[in-house]
Amino acid sequence: MQILQLKETVSFMKYRKIAMVFSALLMLASVASLAVNKLNFGLDFTGGTLIEVGFEQAADLQKLRQLMQNNNHDDAKVQFYGSSRDVVIRLGLRDDVKAEMLGNEILDILETGTGQKVDMRRIEFVGASVGDELTEQGGLAMLTALICILIYVAFRFEWRFAVGSVVALFHDVLLTLGLFSFLQLEFDLTVLAAILAVIGYSLNDTIVVSDRIRENFMKIRETLPEEIINISLSETLSRTIITSITTLLVLAALFLKGGVLIHGFATALLFGVFVGTYSSIYVASLVALGLGISREDLIPEVIEKEGEDQEQMMP
Amino acid sequence: MLNKYPLWKTLMVALIVALGALYATPNLYGEDPAVQVSGLRGVEANIATLDEIKGHLSDHNIDYASVVLEQGQVLTRFKNTEDQLKARDVLDDNLGNKYSVALNLTPATPDWLSAIGGTPMKLGLDLSGGVSFLMEVNMNEAINKAKDGMVGDFRGDLLNEKIRYRSVKEDGDAIVIKFRKIEDLEQGESLLKKRYRDLLFTTDEETLTFSAQMTDAKLKEIREYALQQNITIIRNRVNELGVAEPLVQRQGKKHIVIELPGVQDTAKAKEILNATATIEFRLVDTEGDLSAALNGRIPPSSILLTDKDGKPTLLKKRIMLTGDHITDAKSGFDEYSRPQVNISLDSAGGSKMSNGTKSNIGKPMATVFIEYKPTDRRDPEGNIVFEKVQEVISVATIQARLGKSFRITGAGSQAEAHNLALLLRAGALIAPITIVEERTVGPTLGAENVQLGFQAIVMGFALVFIFMIIYYRAFGVVANLALGANLVLIIGIMSLIPGATLTLPGMAGIVLTVGMAVDANVLIFERIREEIRQGKTIQQSIHQGYEAAFSTIIDANITTLIAALILFAVGTGPVKGFAVTLSIGIITSIFTSVIGSRTVVNAIWGGKRLEKLSI
Repeated sequence: MQILQLKETVSFMKYRKIAMVFSALLMLASVASLAVNKLNFGLDFTGGTLIEVGFEQAADLQKLRQLMQNNNHDDAKVQFYGSSRDVVIRLGLRDDVKAEMLGNEILDILETGTGQKVDMRRIEFVGASVGDELTEQGGLAMLTALICILIYVAFRFEWRFAVGSVVALFHDVLLTLGLFSFLQLEFDLTVLAAILAVIGYSLNDTIVVSDRIRENFMKIRETLPEEIINISLSETLSRTIITSITTLLVLAALFLKGGVLIHGFATALLFGVFVGTYSSIYVASLVALGLGISREDLIPEVIEKEGEDQEQMMP
Repeated sequence: MLNKYPLWKTLMVALIVALGALYATPNLYGEDPAVQVSGLRGVEANIATLDEIKGHLSDHNIDYASVVLEQGQVLTRFKNTEDQLKARDVLDDNLGNKYSVALNLTPATPDWLSAIGGTPMKLGLDLSGGVSFLMEVNMNEAINKAKDGMVGDFRGDLLNEKIRYRSVKEDGDAIVIKFRKIEDLEQGESLLKKRYRDLLFTTDEETLTFSAQMTDAKLKEIREYALQQNITIIRNRVNELGVAEPLVQRQGKKHIVIELPGVQDTAKAKEILNATATIEFRLVDTEGDLSAALNGRIPPSSILLTDKDGKPTLLKKRIMLTGDHITDAKSGFDEYSRPQVNISLDSAGGSKMSNGTKSNIGKPMATVFIEYKPTDRRDPEGNIVFEKVQEVISVATIQARLGKSFRITGAGSQAEAHNLALLLRAGALIAPITIVEERTVGPTLGAENVQLGFQAIVMGFALVFIFMIIYYRAFGVVANLALGANLVLIIGIMSLIPGATLTLPGMAGIVLTVGMAVDANVLIFERIREEIRQGKTIQQSIHQGYEAAFSTIIDANITTLIAALILFAVGTGPVKGFAVTLSIGIITSIFTSVIGSRTVVNAIWGGKRLEKLSI
């Protein structure tokens, strides 16, 4: 069975202006959202205490909030987590409260206040310094990853492709961050892990396409670079779509079955892979084209040997 | 002949997959409820303990499946949790003072499998439930204490040599000594320079000051020592909790990671970790009547304490020296190769010791270990009540007038001397530590997470399997085989490597590698289809498909590997688990997708003349 049997090449590059504008708009929107909404940083980055509890019956959030206020925890955020019986309570860092004892204290308050038996699912406490350190390290990690990859691709291909790939990656990361900022989804350490995984995966895609472009540049002569890119993209289209389908299938499984803890992770990956496929087709090749990629750049220099243009002396 | 692997290659691939499967099987066996008995304070459980335990259990008619002694611990397995709990209570009552009795879920790996190193995968805390702490050592305090010590030492040294000085003070990072006269300055300078070679000295003759600064090397040494000391103390305390497979590790320059799987009572765990212990030195009351004291008539200036075997000793109430003056304690051997413990005190401690011992040469001196143990009781305010436990850990004769460094002999075996040294260091005040991060996962959540992760993996696999068969027919089946082998290899490798833990993000990582492994196969198969379409022969197409796709697959996977490695360096806990699983998954997927699937393809289709291909 073959879904895509393309007889002719699809003129991808014809739509490149539209794609460029589209991408640019999305990137601007992401930046705007990040500036205004910022990211909804999770516990790992902000520090504080998080308590997840399970009640026997559906929980009354209002009552719980009142309970927290009565016990001098005005800043407690109480939310449902997955089902109506699971509640998560977040508390910021405070100087006057000894944070590591907070978890048990809250459990006591809940049990005496509601009269129900409370099942402690998890308690997380992150001190201030650790939170700051992690934010720093997280940003550094992403930067390092992008740089390492830039070097590797430049080494394997050619600098124009390398720049194209990195721009595509940057585009993917920015749009994913934008999504999280726009929807105010919680950004915790697992989401950061997902983004790094997206970087690796999207690059995967971009390299496959770039590889084919390089191969065709060498095989096909007397054609515009634009046309060669079209041909390459059409040839790899089948493969790109299939891979995306299988990966998205697998991620859908995670998203649906993985549970609430993995939700942010799965969302980041789903969106990232989706955007990544798009960027491999349009963004990476566009940039390379824009920087003036041509056949000569990909073929290693032929060094003229002295005397080659003269007749051989010996038969 | 194209596409024909030599037999040895095929066999090797089959062997690798089989090995992977073998080391993955321990995960299929469940866990036995067990009770673990380990010695406290350096005492090890031995054969006698084993027999004692067997005795207690049969006295109470509790059936056990097996009982083994390994590495100083006795592990008794039971058939069900009821027996396990009964046994724990019985053993706790009878052995509780000298041994820690703890509940434990031990993997039920059969002996032949564990003999070749087969163990199930280690589960991260988010899957097994438990608590993890990240503690930070207050390095500034450690350095301040070192500086205070130096001030005391300098004063002591100058006084001993009768060199007059105006003042010895701390000034920022350095210690500044002011003198009255230039001769004093010179004398002081030569004395201190000779004594303390690891400090940086600067002299200022104009103002008659002399300052000492710790070198960077010395600062580093102090920090390292503070960290190591804390790790040792915490390890000891964690052992007392009786947790199976605890983890106490340093992280970076000033953090310690503690992971306690299966621990639910975090309050108790925290209290034990924060528990204070001190040492006191007291003279033995040799004039008092021991038997009278045992009957209840203790002289008013004395106190009766026992050692760990229950032997009573009558001690004077007056404390000669408290443990907070101890700066270091090391175990070693004396001239007769008997175990001894070398103790160093700070200068204040040195003077006290000196005064206390000068008129007591030849008399025995006892070292008393005092611990504030948390009980299950609480006071009216809800704080845990601590119980003061005092125990005589050694009685040694004062051989000579003791000063800043002295030694205690009569500590028993080498292990006991070593442990005494540990305890002495525990009694010494070291750099304070605070908990900066804590994660507790309840057991229900842990079990739930395992379920969820498992379901996600199964569903992911199922979807991909079906898709591959529909789209690539027979070759799709080959790809599915490769995926299955991939999963088995991942599990096998993770079970084999001791450092690899499976976390919930790790399971997500496995799901991700399924997607990526499929990608490799898709690349190959699409290429094969293309070649066939271009009119090449079947064999040529297969060959060309694999060849062309290979370098692309390598490139693509290496970049994801780079991302995974960076994540490993940055991440902690669950994220680190994800990075490890992803990295292992990438490597195995390259192996199974390229070499593995090629082996099968070659075996089935290779070397034959074919017109069509089911792809």
